[in-house]
Amino acid sequence: MRKLLFESVFRQPLTERAPSPDDAAMAELATALGQAGRRRLGRSLSIREVDAGSCNGCELEIHALNNAYYDVERFGLRFVASPRHADVLMVTGPVTKNMRGALERTYDATPNPKWVVAVGDCARNGGCFAGSYAVVGGVSEVIPVDLHIPGCPPAPTAMLQGLLALLERADAGAVTS
Amino acid sequence: MPSLIDLTLEGRKVAQYGPWPRVVVDASVWTFAASELAHGRWNLLGLWGEPATVHMAIMDGQTAEIAVVSLDCPDRTFPSVGKHHPPALRLERTINDLFGLSAQGSSDARPWLDHNRWDVRFPLGERIDALPNAAPYRFLAAEGDGLHQIAVGPVHAGIIEPGHFRFTASGETVVRLEQRLGYVHKGIDGLMTGASLARGVQLAGRTSGDSTVAYAYAYSRAAEAALDLVVPDRAVFLRALLAELERLANHLGDIGAICNDASFALMHAHCGVLRESVLRAAAAASGHRLMRDIIVPGGVSRDIGDGGAEAIQATLDNIRLRFPALVELYDNTASLQDRTVDTGTLKPPLARQYAVGGYVGRASGRSFDARRTLAYPPYDSLRFDVPVLNEGDVNARVWIRVREVEQSLSLIEQILSRLPEGPICREVPLGGEVREGMAIVEGFRGDVLVWLRLRNGLIERCHMRDPSWFQWPLLEAVIENNIVADFPLCNKSFNCSYSGHDL
Ligand code: SF4
Repeated sequence: MRKLLFESVFRQPLTERAPSPDDAAMAELATALGQAGRRRLGRSLSIREVDAGSCNGCELEIHALNNAYYDVERFGLRFVASPRHADVLMVTGPVTKNMRGALERTYDATPNPKWVVAVGDCARNGGCFAGSYAVVGGVSEVIPVDLHIPGCPPAPTAMLQGLLALLERADAGAVTS
Repeated sequence: MPSLIDLTLEGRKVAQYGPWPRVVVDASVWTFAASELAHGRWNLLGLWGEPATVHMAIMDGQTAEIAVVSLDCPDRTFPSVGKHHPPALRLERTINDLFGLSAQGSSDARPWLDHNRWDVRFPLGERIDALPNAAPYRFLAAEGDGLHQIAVGPVHAGIIEPGHFRFTASGETVVRLEQRLGYVHKGIDGLMTGASLARGVQLAGRTSGDSTVAYAYAYSRAAEAALDLVVPDRAVFLRALLAELERLANHLGDIGAICNDASFALMHAHCGVLRESVLRAAAAASGHRLMRDIIVPGGVSRDIGDGGAEAIQATLDNIRLRFPALVELYDNTASLQDRTVDTGTLKPPLARQYAVGGYVGRASGRSFDARRTLAYPPYDSLRFDVPVLNEGDVNARVWIRVREVEQSLSLIEQILSRLPEGPICREVPLGGEVREGMAIVEGFRGDVLVWLRLRNGLIERCHMRDPSWFQWPLLEAVIENNIVADFPLCNKSFNCSYSGHDL
C-alpha cells in the first residue's frame, strides 16, 4: 500500500497536473519569486507566523501554503519554529490587548534585517473587531509593518503574490530595517 | 426524579422565547439545578451572564429536553454552579471577568479571560478602572521530588493559535498540565451588543474561522427562532450542504495533521490535497473557500454558482476514490498506531460529566450529535449514522473523524440529489419589541450554541458558546501520565478552538 502511495507521489506531482489558469499563475510566481529571493537573500526566506488575535481563518490559509498545490518550499519560502530563525514575521489578527506584549517580544526576538507582513483585513486595521475594548487594532499600531495582504482570509495565491511583492521592494532597497 | 419540565414550572416563564423555554428562578431552584447537573441527570450546555442576570442552559440527557434557567443577581453574586459541577468553573470565571458577577462558594476565583490588559474591569457590566498592578497569575501547584515545569506559549512553535500551557513533569511524564487561555479575546459579546442582525452574523462568522459556517448557521437559526421565521426549503438544504463541506474539509485536514504530529508526513500531504480539493469546490459553489458570509438570517445570501454542484460532485468522487487507501494506510502502519493507540485517553465517565460534544465525546462513548439528537431540518429527513467508540484515545478520535468523513460524503450526495428549487432567502421582519431565541448546531468540532435577545430588531445581548469550552479542560485531564512528546498528538486530536473559546 505504502509503495503505491509513494509511487503516486513521485509519478504525478499535483502542481503540474491538469494545467489551469491557477497553475500557470503559480509557475510564473515560482520563477519570479525564485529570482528576486535569490538576489536579495541568496538562498531562502524563513517565515515565523504569529497569531496576534486571529479568528484562525487566516491560519487555515497560511497552512494551505504548505500543501502540495502551493508547496511554498519550492519558492524558497519556509515556515520556521522560532522568531530567532526568521527573516519575516507573518502576523494575523486584530492585535488583542492580551497578545500585544507577546507580539512585541516576538518582534524583538527576530534578528535584523526583518520584515513584517500583516495578513488579513483584521491585521490591517482590526477588521470587524475594531473598536472593541479588548483589541488594539492593526498590527502597525504595535510593530512596523512592511506589507499588508488584504482578504478575509486572503487566499493562498494572494499571500504568495504578497510575499513576492515584498521581496521586490526589499530588492529595490525600499525596505530597510 | 423531577424532569426539566417540572423545573420550568417552578419559575416565571419568559415570553417571546423560541424554541425552548426560559424561566426566571430563585436561588434555591438554581442550586437544585446545579446539584442535578452534578449527579449527572442533566447536562450543562452553557452558562453566561448579563449585567445583572446569569443564565444556564440545561439538557436532560435522556429525553433531550432543553431549558434555560435564569437568576437575577441584584447584589452581584450568584450561587456557584462550579462548586457542585466543575465544568461550570471556567464559565463562571468568565462571567466574573466580563460582568463583575461573582460565583459564591466557587473553589476558583482567579480571573480567566481578563489578563488585566484591557484598561477596564467588567467591560460588559458596571465598568471600573483596571487594577494598577494585577497580582501575577497563580498556577495550581504540583509538588514532589524531581518535578520540573515546562512553560509553553502563548506563541507556539507552529502555525497555531496562541495560548499558554504549563506542564509539570517528572522526567518525561506529565504530572499536571494547566492551560491559560484568553490571549485571543476580542470582546465579541461586547461588539454584538447594539449591533444589527447583519453585523451580528458577520461577527458570528468570525468567531472561529474553521467553523465560520457553523457559527453563521447557529446564529441565524437563533435569530429566526426569536422572530418565528421559517426559511425557504432551498436555503435549508444549502445550509446543510455548506455545513457538511466545512466538516469534510476540517476532518480531512485534522486526520492528516494528527498523523503529522506523529511525524508521519505522508498522510499529512495526502489529506492536505483532499482538503484543498474541498476548499476549491466550496469556492466554486459559494464564492469563498471557507464559505464565509453565505448563511444569513432568513436564508443564504447566494445560491450555488454555475457548475458548483458539478464541482462538488467531482470532489466527492475523487475523495471516494482516494480516501479508502489513506484509511488503510493509517490502519496498517504500526509505527503510527504505536503513537495513537492508548495515548491521551478520555474515560467515558469524564466525557459524560462534561457533556462534551463532537468527536471528543463520540470517541468516549457519548453519542450526542445535535444533527441527530435535536434533528433540525434538513437532517431530520436525511440518512446518516453517528459513529461512537468507547476507547477515548487519540486513535479513537481519528477513527470517529474517518467515519464522519464517510457520513458527510453521503450527506452531501443526498443533499445535492434532493436540492429543492425556489427562493433562497426570506425578508427578515423587525419583530416585536423584545424577542429571544436560541439554537444549537453541530459544527465539525461539536455543538455550537447561540442565544440572543433582540429589541426592536437590534441585538440586546448575544452569547455564543463554542464546543471547546467543555473540551479544553478534558485535554488537561487526558495528558496526565503521558509523555511530554505526546502532547502535540493529544492536542491535535482534540483540536480545540482558541478563538471560539476566548471569544
Ligand atoms: S481577516 Fe478574516 S480570516 Fe483573518 S483573522 Fe480576521 S476575521 Fe479571521
